[in-house]
Amino acid sequence: MLVSQQQKLQDEIRALAARHGRTRAALVPILQDLQVRYASVSDFAMQVVADEVGIHPAEVYGVVSFYAFLHSQPSGRFQIRLCQTISCDLAGKARVARQLENELGIRFGETTPDGRFSLEWASCLGMCDQGPALLVNDRVYTRVSAEQVHRIIDDCRKVFGAHAAQAAHAAHA
Amino acid sequence: MSGEVKAGADTSRAPSSQKIQQVHVGGDVMQLIGGQITVTIDGTDVKVPMGTTVLDAARRVGVRIPTLCHHPDLCVAGVCRVCVVEVEGQRALQAACAFPITSSLKVKTHTRKVRQARRHILDLLLSTHYGECYSCKRNNNCELQALAKEYGVDFYRFGHVTESQVPKDESSYSVVRDMDKCILCRRCVRTCIDIQEVGVLEAVGRSNKTRISTFLDKPLGDVVCINCGQCINRCPTGALHAADTSDEVWRAIDDPTKHVVIQTAPSPRAGIGECFGCEPGTPMTYQMNTALKLAGFDKVFDTNFSADLTIIEEGTELLGRLHKALVKGEPVAFPQFTSCSPGWVKYLEHFYPEYIPNLSSAKSPQQMFGAVIKTYYAKANNIDPKDIVTVALMPCSAKKFECNRPEMADSGFKDVDYGLTTREMAQMIKEAGIHLPDMPKGDFDDPFGTATGSGVIFGATGGVMEAALRTVIEFVCGVKVEKLFDHANIVPVRGFEGVKYVELPIANVSPEVPAIIRHLIPSFDFLKGATLKVAVAHGTANARRVMEDIKAGGKFSECHFIEFMGCPGGCIGGGGQPIPTSPEIRAARARAIYEEDAECAVRKSHENPSSTASSSPTAPAAT
Amino acid sequence: MQPTSSKKTPLTFDTIAPGQGLAAALKKSRADIIGEVSASNLRGRGGAGFPTGTKWNLAAAAQGQDGGAKYVVCNADEGEPGTFKDRVLLLEYTDLVFEGMTIAARAIGATKGILYLRGEYVYMRPHLDGVLAARRTAGQLGANILGTTGFTFDIDIRMGAGAYVCGEETALIESLEGHRGEPRNRPPFPVNTGFLGQPTVVNNVETLASVSAILAKGAAWFRAIGTEKSAGFKLFSVSGDCGAPGVYEFPLGITVAALLEKVGGTGAKAVQIGGASGVCVPASEFGRRIAFEDLATGGSIIVFGQGRDMLHVAKNFMEFFVEESCGQCTPCRAGNAKLLEGIEMLERGACSSAYLRELLNLCETMQLASKCGLGQSSPNAFVSIVTHFQDEILGRTAAAH
Ligand SMILES: Cc1cc2nc3c(=O)[nH]c(=O)nc-3n(C[C@H](O)[C@H](O)[C@H](O)COP(=O)(O)O)c2cc1C
Ligand code: SF4
Ligand code: SF4
Ligand code: SF4
Ligand code: SF4
Ligand code: FES
Ligand code: FES
Repeated sequence: MLVSQQQKLQDEIRALAARHGRTRAALVPILQDLQVRYASVSDFAMQVVADEVGIHPAEVYGVVSFYAFLHSQPSGRFQIRLCQTISCDLAGKARVARQLENELGIRFGETTPDGRFSLEWASCLGMCDQGPALLVNDRVYTRVSAEQVHRIIDDCRKVFGAHAAQAAHAAHA
Repeated sequence: MSGEVKAGADTSRAPSSQKIQQVHVGGDVMQLIGGQITVTIDGTDVKVPMGTTVLDAARRVGVRIPTLCHHPDLCVAGVCRVCVVEVEGQRALQAACAFPITSSLKVKTHTRKVRQARRHILDLLLSTHYGECYSCKRNNNCELQALAKEYGVDFYRFGHVTESQVPKDESSYSVVRDMDKCILCRRCVRTCIDIQEVGVLEAVGRSNKTRISTFLDKPLGDVVCINCGQCINRCPTGALHAADTSDEVWRAIDDPTKHVVIQTAPSPRAGIGECFGCEPGTPMTYQMNTALKLAGFDKVFDTNFSADLTIIEEGTELLGRLHKALVKGEPVAFPQFTSCSPGWVKYLEHFYPEYIPNLSSAKSPQQMFGAVIKTYYAKANNIDPKDIVTVALMPCSAKKFECNRPEMADSGFKDVDYGLTTREMAQMIKEAGIHLPDMPKGDFDDPFGTATGSGVIFGATGGVMEAALRTVIEFVCGVKVEKLFDHANIVPVRGFEGVKYVELPIANVSPEVPAIIRHLIPSFDFLKGATLKVAVAHGTANARRVMEDIKAGGKFSECHFIEFMGCPGGCIGGGGQPIPTSPEIRAARARAIYEEDAECAVRKSHENPSSTASSSPTAPAAT
Repeated sequence: MQPTSSKKTPLTFDTIAPGQGLAAALKKSRADIIGEVSASNLRGRGGAGFPTGTKWNLAAAAQGQDGGAKYVVCNADEGEPGTFKDRVLLLEYTDLVFEGMTIAARAIGATKGILYLRGEYVYMRPHLDGVLAARRTAGQLGANILGTTGFTFDIDIRMGAGAYVCGEETALIESLEGHRGEPRNRPPFPVNTGFLGQPTVVNNVETLASVSAILAKGAAWFRAIGTEKSAGFKLFSVSGDCGAPGVYEFPLGITVAALLEKVGGTGAKAVQIGGASGVCVPASEFGRRIAFEDLATGGSIIVFGQGRDMLHVAKNFMEFFVEESCGQCTPCRAGNAKLLEGIEMLERGACSSAYLRELLNLCETMQLASKCGLGQSSPNAFVSIVTHFQDEILGRTAAAH
């Protein structure tokens, strides 16, 4: 990362800390905001956050690595999380999963080379009566069938496509 | 009780799940908290103060409850679950180490359910535990192994890993991490965060992928670890151990062209007996002299001798700084910090680098001694320094790092070639077929044989300060310390309180300035009526408290001299000392040290006849 | 593909006008509010079924450290597989939930409330923030609520970050404090030493909404519904092999068979009551009652049709727990993994009945010795499935699968 970018990130984290508080109780909200903006919490960000809330970087890493929605490794702009729990399983999540892998050309746990999509398993999403369910970032899709998968992915490309591409560019530059 | 570290350890950072919490029980709290309560443990009644854990209550009536994640120095974790017991009226079993007594309980400690649970927990731990006891550093000194024996584990009920899952991390000079053997008790995490405030170890990941790791899983050698080894001392298994150089030392001993010299520090002598089944606090100083010679060392010297040099250095440096500041008005870094604990020095470098100028320029006794051997001693005995191998027997794992620092080779040779811990030395002595306690007593070798009591007490927290004060006070006041302090015991700086602060008013000064500092200070008059303010801190969490206070301009910023020791209790609690450790064990070792001091003929560094003789050649090396 | 409403029956909550409960509460003394809740026999809807009145009493009596604040936390982490009724309440009965928190605050003397919303529900944020803002404008939150001098209370929303265990109340608090979501040792309980060391009441979304209803309509009304030990109506999240999955309301005490009839699930092979941490009830036991005294549940009902492979079901549950255990304590961290391994052996037809017995013993250890409710209940599904469907599970051949 360039020095100027580091500086920018640092200022941003300071601003977040000012908003959420410079105490440990503000840790998760700060990390969540960073996760949303950058699709991951970078090494450098973790160190700055640690300084801001007055804990050790290893402790921040311990927290990031605990929660499924926080990532220390770069992940896609679109996080596709397919529910793997029982009701969605009964409703046919296996075929949806296979089709997701086919459409994106990656396996679960991976990110597409262009940094756009990550594919992850999720535990029950609270949509069990309408499974199989999946989340794309903060958007829920229910009663997903294998044949609908490509539409969801197209949706991402179209609906959020334009501004996300910009954001992704900014984040990965 | 275990007041020492807890009083000092800052658990404010610990997850609340790992703190002893205030237990509010309704009713008149004050009355209840002060109150006693009767519990029944396996049919025996015992009266305990409110809030006592079931584990402690059971110990009072001699009922042994096994533990793994519990440690007397650390806050409660309650994670291994091997200590579970049945509490009448509770459906689930309760962790004895984490269950505070607030009402009259009936507890049973070895029912079917309890025995089954303990056995299962051991079986589960062993199922993922890769390691063979006979090739393990902790063989015969391992809490997991001991429990497996106690609970009659004779087969692996839930299987057993047969391949290593994680490569060893040998990146650090001091600490080796062998996570194949880790049982996730998190004692190291609590040590590194709460006692040491270094915070390089943390639980990472979750579920069965949880591991103990560092920031971004970096090798330990690449993170801010201060090499104190406190995590090793509290690890119940062989998952953490010191980087062992005893093979290299044997090789040197076996090589007839090498002159192998060993210096022994006071703390190992107070501790090593424990490795041979002696009670903590059984001194082995003179038995060890004989044993080391038998094992093949050419010379056995006393590090205390150079501790005396360190004292004189630090003492005169302090007076010099005072003189510069008060008389010459030159900018001088105050307070002056001791520099003899390499764990502390590294801590300061990592976390408070702006205060490096405050460190005394004196080398640690180990390095100072090494330098003397490779220069003065080599010359005096006509031995080529390249043929001398200096070994330091130390209570410390950070010394292993220290002796590898590039700046520790002024003479062109490493001051100290190998640092061995107390544990490693015990191992070598055993390997030589020697049962240490049976050895006849033997003396140290001359010319460095003579050491003073001041050198001895270096081993305990407050010892350096006491030694320094004995010298400084006598220099400045021109009267015998014994006149001011009974038996020259400067009691206010002793003891295990996390941070000690003492003020010493200087009423009268000596008209005479001792020869060794006359070139620095022509007269002591400037100190007349002044108050010398000193402080002592041990364990780097306590050091942090002091440093933060200094940064904030608090009372410690007005101190003149502060002793910092990286390890809780000082060197007697060092990261290379025998395992286990506890407040009681450290207190016993400290007692041994103060007794040795009391028995010394000479108790003040500047009165050491050898040090005044040889201090001049070392002084350049040490500045 | 867009979610639709899950409601399948009218809910009693439809008949409770927002504001009624809070208005009634503010006319009472604090002790009387708690008295009313205690008299209703309301037990927690989050699964554990702790009497709500008792919990509030303890928190009301507890002293904060340094005279510090007390907290009311609404547990909206709804992570139990097969549970989604809190989603419906949060989206469609939002005011009743916030009102319940406000009543709780009044009762115990809390000044701050936190809604801990699971990360998966982040899409609700705009709606929830909007309702909070409206309540502030209406004087239902903030200083001197509805003109009650000295009653100040406001609510923050905090998001979960993808950890089922954070629904456990002490793990939830750890998470709020910026730690890994690892459950604490209990005692002390959150009512004494909760968020930031202060007395804290943690209640489920439905519990709090029910409180609003109870204050509006009276304890006697509520107690008249359900059974003696399980008072009141309860929401059920029904999913799996049935005609009309969704959210239903029934009085507690309903039999499994009666419930199946209403949801179009008659003829089922088995029903999982209480989600992954609940038990699997075979058809032969459909006469049992859903109530705290028999089959306790936070409301998750998962129906398995005749064709379902129960070993596959058990495997899915164990995979869930292996993923979601916090990993802190030995029985749960290593035990769940062993059970999953056992299931894989059964799948391959490679498990002796002696080893299976050993695994069942291990289940007992996990239930007894785990540190928190997750590990204590994670073996339930395994035990009930293995016990009831042994003939289906043992001696599989590779071909059968
Ligand atoms: C692993 C685990 C997960 C839990 N998840 C939830 C949850 O998602 N929502 C909830 O309300 N309670 C959950 N609970 C129960 C809570 O610990 C707690 O008992 C409950 O929030 C108390 O509220 P109540 O008394 O109103 O039910 C969970 C418990 C455990 C052990
Ligand atoms: S850690 Fe203990 S149990 Fe493991 S191999 Fe070493 S001695 Fe044996
Ligand atoms: S040696 Fe000291 S600083 Fe390093 S990990 Fe261990 S306890 Fe922490
Ligand atoms: S390394 Fe040792 S002390 Fe640390 S968690 Fe593992 S077994 Fe426990
Ligand atoms: S039972 Fe499981 S979730 Fe609960 S503390 Fe233990 S490991 Fe964590
Ligand atoms: S099981 Fe998939 S949303 Fe609940
Ligand atoms: S010793 Fe009590 S839980 Fe580990």
